[in-house]
Amino acid sequence: MKHKVATTVNGHKHEHEVEPRLLLVHYLRDVVGLTGTHIGCDTSQCGSCTILVDGKAVKSCTMFAVQAEGRQLTTIEGMAKDGELHPLQQAFWDEHGLQCGYCTPGFIMAAAYLLDQNPNPTEDEIRKGLEGNLCRCTGYVNIVKSVQSAAKAMDGAKAKTSERSAAVGRS
Amino acid sequence: MAVTTMVGAKIHRREDPKLITGHGSYVDDMQLTGMVHMAVVRSAQAHAKIVSVDLTAASKAPGVVAVYTARDFKKVISGGLPVTESLIADKKQTPNQFPIAESEAVYFGEPIAVVLAESRYQAADCAELVQVEYESLPVLVDFEKALEKGSPTAHTGAPDNVAWDVNFNGGDLEAAFKESEVTVKERIIQQRVFPISMEPRAVLANYVPFGNQLTVWTSSQVPHFIRLFLCIGLGMPESQIRVVAPDVGGGFGSKLRPYPEEYLAAAASKLSGRPVKWIEGRTENLQATSHGRGHIFDIEVGAKRDGTLLALKITMLSDLGAYIGVFGALQSSLAMLLSPGCYKWKAVHGRAIGVLTNKMSTDPYRGAGRPEAAHLVERAVDLVAQELKLDPADVRAKNFAEDFPFTSILGMVYDSGEYQKSLDKAKEIVGYKALRQKQADLRKQGKYLGIGLSTYVEICGVGPSAATAHVSGSLALVESSVVRVHPTGSVTVAVGTHSHGQGHATTFAQIAADALGLPYANIEIREGDTGDTPFGYGSYGSRSLPVGGVSINRSCQKVVDKAKKIAAHMLEAADEDVVFDQGQFYVKGSPDKRKAMGEVAFAAYGPGLPEGMEQGLEAVTYFDPPNFTWPFGAHICVVEVDPETGEVDIQKYVAVDDCGNIINPMIVDGQIHGGVAQGIGQALFEEAVHDPETGALRTGTLLDYSIPGIGEIPNLQLDRTITPSPTNELGVKGVGEAGTIAASAAVINAIVDALSPFGIKHVDMPASPDRLWKQIKQAREHSNGGKEARK
Repeated sequence: MKHKVATTVNGHKHEHEVEPRLLLVHYLRDVVGLTGTHIGCDTSQCGSCTILVDGKAVKSCTMFAVQAEGRQLTTIEGMAKDGELHPLQQAFWDEHGLQCGYCTPGFIMAAAYLLDQNPNPTEDEIRKGLEGNLCRCTGYVNIVKSVQSAAKAMDGAKAKTSERSAAVGRS
Repeated sequence: MAVTTMVGAKIHRREDPKLITGHGSYVDDMQLTGMVHMAVVRSAQAHAKIVSVDLTAASKAPGVVAVYTARDFKKVISGGLPVTESLIADKKQTPNQFPIAESEAVYFGEPIAVVLAESRYQAADCAELVQVEYESLPVLVDFEKALEKGSPTAHTGAPDNVAWDVNFNGGDLEAAFKESEVTVKERIIQQRVFPISMEPRAVLANYVPFGNQLTVWTSSQVPHFIRLFLCIGLGMPESQIRVVAPDVGGGFGSKLRPYPEEYLAAAASKLSGRPVKWIEGRTENLQATSHGRGHIFDIEVGAKRDGTLLALKITMLSDLGAYIGVFGALQSSLAMLLSPGCYKWKAVHGRAIGVLTNKMSTDPYRGAGRPEAAHLVERAVDLVAQELKLDPADVRAKNFAEDFPFTSILGMVYDSGEYQKSLDKAKEIVGYKALRQKQADLRKQGKYLGIGLSTYVEICGVGPSAATAHVSGSLALVESSVVRVHPTGSVTVAVGTHSHGQGHATTFAQIAADALGLPYANIEIREGDTGDTPFGYGSYGSRSLPVGGVSINRSCQKVVDKAKKIAAHMLEAADEDVVFDQGQFYVKGSPDKRKAMGEVAFAAYGPGLPEGMEQGLEAVTYFDPPNFTWPFGAHICVVEVDPETGEVDIQKYVAVDDCGNIINPMIVDGQIHGGVAQGIGQALFEEAVHDPETGALRTGTLLDYSIPGIGEIPNLQLDRTITPSPTNELGVKGVGEAGTIAASAAVINAIVDALSPFGIKHVDMPASPDRLWKQIKQAREHSNGGKEARK
């Protein structure tokens, strides 16, 4: 009674036969072999398993693997590109936004979606945007700082890109 | 030179790159060939006779590999789980805990059977098919009732429910009360809470019969402890057992004891011949991982009218659960021994009674006894201040210990402190005077602002063997290190501690780099694997730095001593004429001709060493500290309470902490942030609730049990004072628990301060809106009732 499921994870295509009840988070960890996405509760409270499904933050314990058929999935392993950390990863490192690191992938993925929707969030908006994720180590103080610092860096990077394209346009 | 400025520098953590990219290695991230998954069938009753366990259906389930009960485990596990012999001499009873129940289950969630299956889901399915027949027995939930004469007992056949009953007395209490001009009494509840590391527990055990070798990967703070106890339980020599605590997703004290599942997974691997993985679900974690706190304190305080503290009488009842936690007695003792706080008293008498109930054990949770002590004494000071209508800051100032080393009324020797300095700093940052004015103005507008102080002192650096050996079953709670300088000048430092968020790989390397005069990048820290680290006691009680870090420093000094002899030989000088300065050896007065540590390291492995010297450049240290260390600080919390809803809004939180010298300020601040958040969590949100009749856990998921989210912790304003510890040469004290120890009292004192116009003198935790709303309502009715009565 297995079902075929085809997904794209971090740009790579995967095809597997899975049980219909297999949770997406277990599919990623045990079938695809990407263990950066963590499990911290049984009830979808903690957000440790947050990934992007077609660009949108989703707690991957709330979806079955079969529901991910044909979807583009991004996990923490897909955030760094060409050996360069994603600005959020860099910011969590710089601002000491993690201690034990267990909730961190979920926070980074949730924050990635937040900044995609709202590139310059206020502190309140950051706190609202990440209320689905729990951390027991940091008291959230440096997580907020990390997201603020990443927003600044990403905004700066964007500004540079548009300057560059403007320069290219002129030449 | 850069290499000598590592200590005290904000160095970014070297453990982070793997963790932020999803390449950490937690236990559940590992797979072994042939691995099976273990699920635990747990008691659905808090106290029951196990009439029968029917495995028929489970044994036929798809994917099932084996189903085991206590009878099977008795073939491979001997004896019970360890319990510290405790600080408590006249212990009354210590129930023996076998890792799995056989005839009687004594707490909700106690293991009764274990299933092994090919997949996680099959193991879960299979566990559901195990049929347990129970015969219910009386359940003890209320631990005060459990002390009543004629109460049923938590264990059938036990004489009563008293595990210990012991006194901690200092000074003449009767005389101190006689001298007192005012006395106040209060009952202070320390509710049961869950530690909740984000990674629940996890075990992977692989027994290989050929060679009789067992490897256990476990999410633990104390890998060497686990090996020690597994070797006793499984009857195997330590040399045949390797325990690895890899990346661990938080502990907070809940992972510092051997658990039933570590024995069961190891034994199941032995019985089945397969590697066995057990991953704890969150609900299991709340049922079967140790709980924290769980006490009732009745206090009576005596003082003079001018605020001079004189007498403190405490009765402490502790809800131990069905089995005494491995360190359960230790935290009771710490709560008592630290109850004088940072104040001069004439007398403090405490009586601690440990009570057995039908619940999971209570054991250390961040602070382990010190948050309880700080909460009670900081509340006591505020009760006195409120009674005498004095400013709580002034009452504190009047009573602070000033001369160090300071011997508390209970005989503890505080190494160093400047309590007034940290309070003054905190008051300045928060703008204390202006705030008091604002508070008075707002009250006129019907707004209730409260300012809460907590000037805590705590004890770290467990511990001096002279003080701890008799309580730890003759183990000296020292810490170990091996420092090995390789021929090309890279260094491996192996330590007996364990890091699960504290950043040891970074801070320990900072210490070694400075001590050896080698680049930070050359230093590699190894910990968590009993296979390549010396026997050590692990990480808890904020001990890693003041005991483990000092051990590293000493090993480095020994290495430098040997290197100096080699350098002298190379420089053709006498040993005593050679200076070691920032990684360079030279003859006094001629710094131009020098040998770098790296060159000396290479020479150490070569020929032509001084007469009689062996090759190599390494050293071992087991550091036994001469005393504990005593961090302290002043936290001020500012809240506004809405009397109509009972809601608490934390408007400001200032923390001024003093943990002695600092290795990495970024990491120190992070520890305070997290600690304070957990203290706020206990003060406002958290409570483990059991059904009073059945003992079933009512708060069995993170939906029912609320830990603070990102919207609930304000931005914390931190600052510090630095009073080095004279106990060790680094001058460090430890910082892992300070935030939690300080915070609950600061928050509750602020809430009581806000509500004092209603005549409210005390608020218990968690100070949830419904609790406060009820208390405000009662207080209003009381005062209305009074008015009406006067009419």
